[in-house]
Amino acid sequence: MSFRHVLLAEWTKLRTVRGWVAGLVAVCLTVVGLGMLFATGSHSSCSNGPVEVPCPEPVLGPGGTAVVDRFYFVSMPLDGNGSITARVNSMTGQIRLPDATPGVRNVVAGVVPWAKAGLMVKESTEQGAAYAAVMVTGAHGVRMQHDFTEDVAGGAQGVSPGSPRWLRLSRDNDTITGEESPDGKRWTRVGTARLDGLPAKVRIGLFAASPPDVRVESNPLGGTASAGRFTEVTALVDQVGVAGATAGGAWSRDDIGVDLNIDGTPHHPGGLVRNGDTFAITGTGDIAPNTTEGTIERTLTGALIALVVVIVVAVLFVTAEYRRGLIRTTLLAGPRRGRTLVAKAVVVGAATFAAGLVGAAVTVPLAVRVLRGNRIFTLPVSTLTEVRVIAGAAGVLAVSAVLALALGALFRRSAPAVIAAIVVLVVPYVLGTASILPDEVSRWLLRLTPAAGFAIQQSVPEYEHVISHYVPAMGYFPLPPWGGFAVLCGYAALALGLAVRRLNGRDA
Amino acid sequence: MRRELHAEWTKLRTVAGPGRLLLGIVVLTVAGSAAAAGAMECPSAGCGQDATRIGLFGVQLGQGLVALLAVLAVCGEYSTGMIRTSLTAMPRRMTALAARTALLAGLTSVAGALGVLGSLLVARLLLPGNGFTPEHGYPPLSLADGPTLRAAAGSVLYLVLIAVLSAGVATAVRDSAVAAGAVLGLIYLFPMVVLMIRNEDVQRLLWRLSPMNAGLAVQATTSLPAMPIGAWAGLGVAAAWAVAALACGGLLLRARDA
Repeated sequence: MSFRHVLLAEWTKLRTVRGWVAGLVAVCLTVVGLGMLFATGSHSSCSNGPVEVPCPEPVLGPGGTAVVDRFYFVSMPLDGNGSITARVNSMTGQIRLPDATPGVRNVVAGVVPWAKAGLMVKESTEQGAAYAAVMVTGAHGVRMQHDFTEDVAGGAQGVSPGSPRWLRLSRDNDTITGEESPDGKRWTRVGTARLDGLPAKVRIGLFAASPPDVRVESNPLGGTASAGRFTEVTALVDQVGVAGATAGGAWSRDDIGVDLNIDGTPHHPGGLVRNGDTFAITGTGDIAPNTTEGTIERTLTGALIALVVVIVVAVLFVTAEYRRGLIRTTLLAGPRRGRTLVAKAVVVGAATFAAGLVGAAVTVPLAVRVLRGNRIFTLPVSTLTEVRVIAGAAGVLAVSAVLALALGALFRRSAPAVIAAIVVLVVPYVLGTASILPDEVSRWLLRLTPAAGFAIQQSVPEYEHVISHYVPAMGYFPLPPWGGFAVLCGYAALALGLAVRRLNGRDA
Repeated sequence: MRRELHAEWTKLRTVAGPGRLLLGIVVLTVAGSAAAAGAMECPSAGCGQDATRIGLFGVQLGQGLVALLAVLAVCGEYSTGMIRTSLTAMPRRMTALAARTALLAGLTSVAGALGVLGSLLVARLLLPGNGFTPEHGYPPLSLADGPTLRAAAGSVLYLVLIAVLSAGVATAVRDSAVAAGAVLGLIYLFPMVVLMIRNEDVQRLLWRLSPMNAGLAVQATTSLPAMPIGAWAGLGVAAAWAVAALACGGLLLRARDA
């Protein structure tokens, strides 16, 4: 009997048991049903004071990623090539902490690690327009950043009283170069950025921004929750010099992305105080990728429940043979036992993949649209990433099916195999996201156990230059997507290998 | 009922599985608690951790084996055909089910008590090394402390309720794979679904309905006002699930052919 025949025989077994086919259909329906339930049941409301207003659409950056673009910009027009030089003398600010007494604002002086102030070239003062900037940060030294997602480290030293930092940003067509200097004489290059298609007329100037102070608190419902609170930075800048065609060289002020209160006044405004040649720029907000909105993989909640169904079907696909004695016929017909078990794995894996793929491929685009209709925005990702998330969800189900099948062949009994599969696949994920375990333990759980495979569903990366709540519960896994999936595949291959050995070594 | 109990006891006693599983429940519970106690840290006073809850963390793992024990005890009979002999010998099916459930509950309470006591002991030894010291506001874990005693006793009761719930579900569905999947899905996935809900009122309502969330609320000894449900009320929710499952299983057992 060729491998094709063994495959056909196993496929016939799978498709002729009504309960198993129903299980695979249930996998598909669970993914779609729960995803849609989640999407239709979620609504967002945004309020401005007591008034409900439509939620704002997220700003998109040049690369199509959702971004936060909120800062104070003091700029002048620049036509063609040119440069700006300035000396940052100090950075001070304030941070709002959790209320010590409820209802009383608890504000302390301080600068958050990624508070930033420096020089910027930006296509326009529109939110999301392309830019490149060289800056001093609160605790991460000098950085050169561009187009929200890119970040290069310069010198590790920030500014402190008595030790200012000189910065220079020069534009040469599409190339922007950032430099730093301790004294304005000896310059070191921090980095260069290419802004493709940058128009001749751009804005050049000084800026300040200060991202929210993110604090993580434990959630009584399970897991952790984070809250970001208002912060503000004020940078003292002098020795400002601009070279190039600046059309008169008058400074204009823009509070980029400021929200307006109900009475039309700006909410947490930035500002500029000029004292002779010294600029005191105050800003709040961030110039960075958006990490607070939901991700597309959140619509695949149902996959976790479908996984339990998959485990049950895959285990039964082998243990039922032992219970009914069919295994003896199977092994008589296909005496190469390893091949028979591999055929079983291929069949159950492929069937699960198909069911999961249909479910995920329907759910993700549909649920994202429904959520959008409910004014909840998901972070946009490239088509390739979306395909990876959808196929990855189906892949996790399929490889888990193979792992469960192998456990079934190892135990030969249903209940221990099902429980073992759930304990290695589902429980680490549940404990890693919804329990009291500290974040570091959760990360190790999702590195070492087969549950690492869920990483393939992560659609947005962690950004080193944005402080956010990067924990498995928020969809950020400790391993890269394919790395995590490889861990799961490794476990499945190991279990299948052991099962083949066991099947060959033992009487049926 | 005495004869039924004796029969069920003989059946459980004479196979190797249950004994090993009971040992497994104790080991897994203690190991889980030890791992959590070893991993948690309290760097300064007011670190907001609940030492008792950490010390009883292993219950969340041990319950998986409790479910396995109950499912195997019930479904094993169906897969071997033994159930027909059992029901012929004990025609009062309700009594037979009650006897089996009582026996499972008793065995689970013994294993659970050992596991919980071992967990607290391990946590008492490990936690002070991680900053859970009297200076930081954490006296050594002790059963003389009212809330800790309540948490420990409640955890044992919770494990017993999981055994009853599993026995009920297993009696209702009869297939061990489906029963194991259903019980563990109910226990472990309910909390996940709760976290995905965006509406806070619905979220808290579902949290109160979830057998694991509500049932393990009994382990909380700090920040009690923030808990969506009280300790004993939460255990009551878990009990309601167990009773409902058992009633469902009993009705089906009486109505169906074996």
